[in-house]
Amino acid sequence: MNTNWFVVLSALLFSTGALGILLRRSPMVILLCLELMLNAGNLALVAFSRMVGNGQGQVFAVIVMVIAACEVVVGLGLIVAIFRRRLPLDVDDLRELRG
Amino acid sequence: MEEVLFFLSAIGALGGAFGVIAMRNPFYSVLALIVHLFSLAALFLLLTSAFVAAAQVVVYAGAVMVLYVFVVGGGESAWEPIPGQRFLAPLLGIALFVELSVAVLSSSLLALGEDGADVKAGFGNPAAIGRLLLEKFLVPFEASSILLLLAAVGAIVLASNRRHGERDTPDEPSPNRKEGVSLSP
Repeated sequence: MNTNWFVVLSALLFSTGALGILLRRSPMVILLCLELMLNAGNLALVAFSRMVGNGQGQVFAVIVMVIAACEVVVGLGLIVAIFRRRLPLDVDDLRELRG
Repeated sequence: MEEVLFFLSAIGALGGAFGVIAMRNPFYSVLALIVHLFSLAALFLLLTSAFVAAAQVVVYAGAVMVLYVFVVGGGESAWEPIPGQRFLAPLLGIALFVELSVAVLSSSLLALGEDGADVKAGFGNPAAIGRLLLEKFLVPFEASSILLLLAAVGAIVLASNRRHGERDTPDEPSPNRKEGVSLSP
């Protein structure tokens, strides 16, 4: 299988995630779209690792997964905190960093 | 056979991605993301990286998505784009894709047009990845474990019910609680 296909698919997935971040306003869905973009990056990393023929790209992909898990945990904690304080779950209203 | 598998998984991954951004209910978005993650795991298997595929299924589709489902349980969605965003956002998305395609397919990456190196039988299995993680990439590995610990503690602090040492019940809002919102005029 040609590496080109995987890289083009990764570009498509990355653009889809970016489109979702631009389009949606719910912080929940924006987190999901961040996941999409990170996964697209992972796909490109693994494809290049297969092309070059050593496993270092896959280690990089695993570390990216760890970072994504951290981001999800902190983001969901923020969303729970927002929800508990009865603030609107809308990124256009939540634009000031006052406690 | 390989091509058929690739295109099936690619359709699954793209369909899941579009489902994430198109669904109004965040719960359905999460379900679409699970479809996307499983298709991506199949793609990783096609690239002979078994460990990454297994980690994808176990960590993402298993643990992280359960976290999402728990949080989505009580939430509601917001689907009211600001004026012009509906037209501008797809335009910018397509522009980004064109830009990425030009970068991928243009002169600098012409070496991509090959099937890749011949790999040995043990390529990408847990033993090989573990050896790399614990020998060559030990410091990033430990750093990521510390980062995970910090994120877990931070999430507990953020989502905890207590505030300034007293119990903070959602039924009696304190006067300064709404200060964080700026209502748009």
